[in-house]
Amino acid sequence: MYNCHRSDRSIDFSHQLLLPASYPHSVFAIIVNHNSFFFLFYPVFQGEKMWGILSQKLGAARGLSSQVVGNYVLRLRLAPSAMPMRHYSSATKEMTVRDALNSALDEEMAADPNVFVMGEEVGEYQGAYKITKGLLDKYGPERVVDTPITEAGFAGIGVGSAYHGLRPVIEFMTFNFSMQAIDHIINSAAKSNYMSAGQINVPIVFRGPNGPAAGVGAQHSQCYGAWYGSVPGLKVLVPYSSEDARGLLKAAIRDPDPVVFLENELLYGETFPISAEALDSSFCLPIGKAKIEREGKDITITAFSKMVGYALKAAEILEKEGINAEVINLRSIRPLDRATINASVRKTNRLVTVEEGFPQHGVGAEICATVVEDSFGYLDAPVERIAGADVPTPYAANLERMAFPQIEDIVRAAKRACYRSVPMAASA
Amino acid sequence: MASSSLTKSKTSIIHHLKSTKFPLLYFTNHTSSIRNSHNLLHTISSPPLPVPRCATSSRINPFIVFSRCFESVCVGRRLHSAASASNDVRQFPAEAPSQQVLDFPGGKVKFTPKLAFTSGSTEERVPCYRVLDDSGQPIIDSDSLKISKELAVKMYSDMVTLEVMDTIFYEAQRQGRISFYATTMGEEAINIASAAALHNDDFVFPQYREPGVLLWRGFPLQEFAHQCFGNKYDNGKGRQMPIHYGSRKHNYFTVASTVATQIPHAVGAAYSLKMEKQDSCVITYFGDGGSSTADFHAAVNFAAVLEVPVIFFCRNNGWAISTPINEQLRSDGIVVRGKAYGVPSIRIDGNDALAIYSAVHKARKMAIEEQTPVLIEALTYRTGHHSTSDDSTKYRSIDEIEQWRGGQNPVKRFRKWMESKGWWSDEAESEHHCSTRKQLSQAIQAAEQVEKPTIADMFNDVYDVLPKNLMEQEAFIRKTIKKHTQDYPSDVPL
Repeated sequence: MYNCHRSDRSIDFSHQLLLPASYPHSVFAIIVNHNSFFFLFYPVFQGEKMWGILSQKLGAARGLSSQVVGNYVLRLRLAPSAMPMRHYSSATKEMTVRDALNSALDEEMAADPNVFVMGEEVGEYQGAYKITKGLLDKYGPERVVDTPITEAGFAGIGVGSAYHGLRPVIEFMTFNFSMQAIDHIINSAAKSNYMSAGQINVPIVFRGPNGPAAGVGAQHSQCYGAWYGSVPGLKVLVPYSSEDARGLLKAAIRDPDPVVFLENELLYGETFPISAEALDSSFCLPIGKAKIEREGKDITITAFSKMVGYALKAAEILEKEGINAEVINLRSIRPLDRATINASVRKTNRLVTVEEGFPQHGVGAEICATVVEDSFGYLDAPVERIAGADVPTPYAANLERMAFPQIEDIVRAAKRACYRSVPMAASA
Repeated sequence: MASSSLTKSKTSIIHHLKSTKFPLLYFTNHTSSIRNSHNLLHTISSPPLPVPRCATSSRINPFIVFSRCFESVCVGRRLHSAASASNDVRQFPAEAPSQQVLDFPGGKVKFTPKLAFTSGSTEERVPCYRVLDDSGQPIIDSDSLKISKELAVKMYSDMVTLEVMDTIFYEAQRQGRISFYATTMGEEAINIASAAALHNDDFVFPQYREPGVLLWRGFPLQEFAHQCFGNKYDNGKGRQMPIHYGSRKHNYFTVASTVATQIPHAVGAAYSLKMEKQDSCVITYFGDGGSSTADFHAAVNFAAVLEVPVIFFCRNNGWAISTPINEQLRSDGIVVRGKAYGVPSIRIDGNDALAIYSAVHKARKMAIEEQTPVLIEALTYRTGHHSTSDDSTKYRSIDEIEQWRGGQNPVKRFRKWMESKGWWSDEAESEHHCSTRKQLSQAIQAAEQVEKPTIADMFNDVYDVLPKNLMEQEAFIRKTIKKHTQDYPSDVPL
């Protein structure tokens, strides 16, 4: 049941144009609450008044006034909070995500002659984003195949070669182009093992940048985590750091099932510290295990890919305000590490999910459902979902910024989940 | 002739064209090849000059590209032209303005001052290779392979077995014993003769109208029945509809309903063969309808670029469910599409078992020795309905169906040839028919009695290793069934 459902109202951009360009907060990110009533808000300027009424209602529903609840959280804040724990081992080396992916590909290709790379611009051009740099020179055109512009063609061909025993790594220039090939990913790769009763397995990896970059427009900015995450037979991985990138790509290439490997263009150039263990050529991360990037006691924030970085920064801001946040880097959308998420929520009792994709039927929806199914009694507050705006991504930089979650949105959502009275929208 | 609007300088242009290795030559060589029967199995389709795959990138030094590309992988493209001996560019002085050429990526292109479009259709269609005439008599001087009596008898009896199998299973569907069936009526020669020309380790990527290939390779009739009934002996574990056969053992990839997706798969598998340097090829079958899909075009184009040993076998049977061929395409069938992508192609009589055998045999040899894709368009007719969900009399005349069922029937034609050689007789026919019918009826009865697959088979094979969430779901189902046994069907084992 939806109250105050405004999904059929189109976003009124004219308000936005009047605001100063330096306006820091995003107005149009969708923030969704789950409660005994479902409320869907499009935050507009009048929104905060509504929110005030709502928080009173919520408090009343729980038999507490919002003041009391706020005090309770305050008391929690006074307890010593754990120092934010970085889970990188003390490392002297640093590596960009790009180099991490490149080195992982290189090592897997060296270790197994059946592994080969195929995609547009992967060879001579050294990769559209230089992920496959140097591989053509090292392994030759047999194993680094530049293709004509037909995703359906080379995805199908990749699947066929996997049927026969090769281990292809198919690169999509962005996952938006994978829609051309989605029949082969799902019907030819994901379902084959099942439909052939185990006779045909497909050890293929589909990789490429996913989600928004910077100013690439609506048809190049969609996140496909939710789409592929719903398909049985696929594994969907979403690395964040260089260590994630190396370990998960290696695991994906070695895996006998089809894997969709969703990278992020803006993360390619980011540098992360990397341990000696992760630099070893046999390093591999388990598929289906999330990583707790930062331990905390007050609230759980789940995120994947670039949003992990945002969530960590939000956690630092929250720390200063006395909220000790636990940040979970999902690493794997399918299989989803429900155990880790639930254990964390049972500890903190509050949850905020963050993703860049569209809100309806998103990854956050599945996380919320799994927590409600398994740990409902442990929730002290409705689950807050933060997702991209329910619009095709606008191009203009100011609009694009408002179409995706920003650090401030995560902070506000966390505070709301902690019953801090906080404006719904950036307008306050 | 390619251009219909050549004027006074026609002779000089033809002279130019004939003596240079350019695409327009394909048409002229084509007409000359009709007269020269030794070239029936080739049409010219490869570019005249060896082309590095990456030639279009302007930033790359072409010399390095050339040298790199000619390692073990790239096979220099050979001309299949019969007229290659007469081609010599050096006949002409290179300097004259009228002989200026454009050194374009992909090969030199000659200029012409004539504004002329190549016609969308040719007046003369690509001819169709056949060995036996309509009454099953061999045509004089045909290029064909001799086959032994043993092989011929196996071919003919498998064609009859396929016919009988189709009849019996179709009847079983009509009686409600199986849920669905699609026959291969009219295409028995394609099924059996093409399979006979291949080796058992050549990988097959079928559409769904090629169970005869599996039959030829020794897939037992009982197993066909098990799959159609989806019982526990089905090696597909009851996961798919009837006729979706598959057998790793027989190198026959599991049938999927998705049209033409198997075509790029075949190219990928052929790429794998090429990397492993195996002495085998891949064959993929599809219909005239399948040749309209994006997958077909991408795959054939790719196969030419990657130079892989794959045979594209198009069963042009005139109908794609209710869409007749003239609503499917306007090119001269599918054979000319091979040419468009640079793939050697041939059109053959799909109701002539010997022609199919010879063509596939030769195609296989070409594919493996020259590491090239080959396209075969077999003209045939789908005398049955598209499937048991179709009644084709609704969109085509019964007369047309009867005509093809009669004279052109591939089984009857081959039988006439067999009898003329004294290798078959009426007694052999009735004996074979009887025994096959009996075998199949028994197979169906046996398959009908067998239990369905167990609950466990619902959850495994989604991934390589059974994941935890599915284990939980399976446990939950078993618990629910135990609790509510009366709601659970009794013929499904646990």
